[in-house]
Amino acid sequence: MLEIRDLCVYFRGYEGVSRVLDAVSLNVGRGERVGLAGETGCGKTVTMKTVMGLLKTPPAIIPHGEVILDGQNILEMSAKHLLQIKGMKISMIFQDPMNALNPVFTIGGQLYDVIRFAQSRSGNGRKRARTEIHARAIAALEEVRLPDPERILNSYPLELSGGMRQRVLIAMALVNRPSFLIADEPQTALDVTIGAQILGLLSELVRTKGISVLLITHNLGVIQETTERIYIMYAGQIAETMPTALLFDNPKHPYSQGLLASVPRLTGGEIAEGIRGTVPDYIAAPSGCRFHPRCDYVMPICSQKKPPPFMVELDHYVGCWLYGEDGG
Amino acid sequence: MRMSDPLLVIGDLVKRFPVRAGIFHRKVAEVKAVEMVSFDIRSGEIFGLVGESGSGKSTVGKTLLGIYKPTKGSIRFKGRDVTTLIKENLRFFKKEAQMVFQDPKSSLNPRRSIKSTLEESLIVHKIAKNGREREKIVVDLLGMVELSPSFMYKYPSMLSGGQRQRVAIARALALNPSFIVLDEPTSALDVSVQAKIIRLLQRLQAERQMAYLFISHDLSLMRTMASRTAVMYLGRIYELAPTEELFTNPLYPYTKTLISAVPVVSEEERRMKPKKQSAGGEIPSPINPPSGCTFHPRCSLAQRVCSQQLPELVEVMPGHFVRCHVVTNA
Repeated sequence: MLEIRDLCVYFRGYEGVSRVLDAVSLNVGRGERVGLAGETGCGKTVTMKTVMGLLKTPPAIIPHGEVILDGQNILEMSAKHLLQIKGMKISMIFQDPMNALNPVFTIGGQLYDVIRFAQSRSGNGRKRARTEIHARAIAALEEVRLPDPERILNSYPLELSGGMRQRVLIAMALVNRPSFLIADEPQTALDVTIGAQILGLLSELVRTKGISVLLITHNLGVIQETTERIYIMYAGQIAETMPTALLFDNPKHPYSQGLLASVPRLTGGEIAEGIRGTVPDYIAAPSGCRFHPRCDYVMPICSQKKPPPFMVELDHYVGCWLYGEDGG
Repeated sequence: MRMSDPLLVIGDLVKRFPVRAGIFHRKVAEVKAVEMVSFDIRSGEIFGLVGESGSGKSTVGKTLLGIYKPTKGSIRFKGRDVTTLIKENLRFFKKEAQMVFQDPKSSLNPRRSIKSTLEESLIVHKIAKNGREREKIVVDLLGMVELSPSFMYKYPSMLSGGQRQRVAIARALALNPSFIVLDEPTSALDVSVQAKIIRLLQRLQAERQMAYLFISHDLSLMRTMASRTAVMYLGRIYELAPTEELFTNPLYPYTKTLISAVPVVSEEERRMKPKKQSAGGEIPSPINPPSGCTFHPRCSLAQRVCSQQLPELVEVMPGHFVRCHVVTNA
């Protein structure tokens, strides 16, 4: 469905070039739910923006790499062509539902726009009647289990709670039946119980509709509960990828291990000391494996060459020299 | 003072905020942020307050330290009612009780160097004789939070989130307090940074025998930190128990729902989750909370009595209190 190959994204600034994404490769199969995890500043959002074609160039530079959606390279697409894909084939749910909705228009107005947009792009020239658009909007709101959809259509975003707004956004993202959905921390702005409701609803909808999902979050628990496969990203490099079910018993990359040990558990017990050092600056990113200055198992090769993904078991690849033929 | 003596006793604390509107700025309603909250914190104890937004947990913390004036109720610290303290006595309390806020970016003054920030309370309370002595204390404080002395001359914008929070902790430690309110101290941080801050807070607490009021919405973190935990919902405490007991044997339907909603990483954690006892729904407004037990519209076990009468907080097992008709009538 989606394949990112050796994607590099740099940003040109006053202080030099920030090499943010360093040959990121990632793929999402048809109907697959994939998680992309990492901490603040690891490049999750840049990856997402590149896929959505939201990256401004300049300041961003994409020296090489491909983003292939359904057989087509998004990076080489014309703006017009890209517009046809956005909101139709590929859709997105943002972190903060308040910022994603326009406060001065009603929910109905914004939802109708999305439906009309799809209609104008579908190219069959037939203008749908207002009643038909209205019916589709109502159906979309019912699908996300919003009570009294008629009233919601006439409300402004401020009149709704955070959970309801996020439901509206899910409805908007799904109304044009996309085949690929990017969800950027859909639960962080919400309370625990409300967030759980939203994640439950989202998982159920994408599963029944067979939509492929890329879920971006820093919360490993959320990834564990909603995805089938996970990518762990550190400082613009993919550290490790594996079936989500394996993560918690068998993390291989020293960064994944440190990250997982830092997560407080519901079962209690001490949490680990975290990971020593701090996240590097992208202007002077460490050479080779970018984690090497913080790694306890560092070897000479780590600072010289970036490790390729080594296969440790089926579907489980680790970008770490410890698992190379010569290492570990 | 012995370990088991209460350091802080809160009795029937009420805090309501007026909602004003119209050209005459008339009071049109009240936000019932905290309603009849009572608990005590022993010296050297970490007491946890957990709840979702609007539960009143932060308001409790801020009211305790006098940031808000309580509408009703008593707050006794080391035997003295601090709501009526003035001048000298109030100064004693402000020295003993400190706070660390959620967002270190907004709780530190961006125009002040770290040294000037840390020195302020030393000057107000006349702790050091002269500048050199103050500087020595500042260096010690930075050492306690594992920052090098060179941080003294930096400004908050030059620091990372974790470093800023360390400075905020150092500021709280400056007056050698016996009690600190920690209001979501790590919720703005990444997990690997959070782990370091939590370890630091635990080590400082053990070394200096301080008591913490730890306020958080993160139940997993609460389990790691607190020795006793109270669950708040719409301004009231509905369950209070030793943390271990609360997680292994939660009784109140909302507590169960809350624990079951936590996204977890391991199979072991999934197994310990109780079955949720809520039909979903949104958190009601604290301006106009539901009648009786305020959780009843979302509770799947609700009976008729739940909407009519507020249940009492009953001690069902030693140290385990719950406010629920269904649990106590069974």
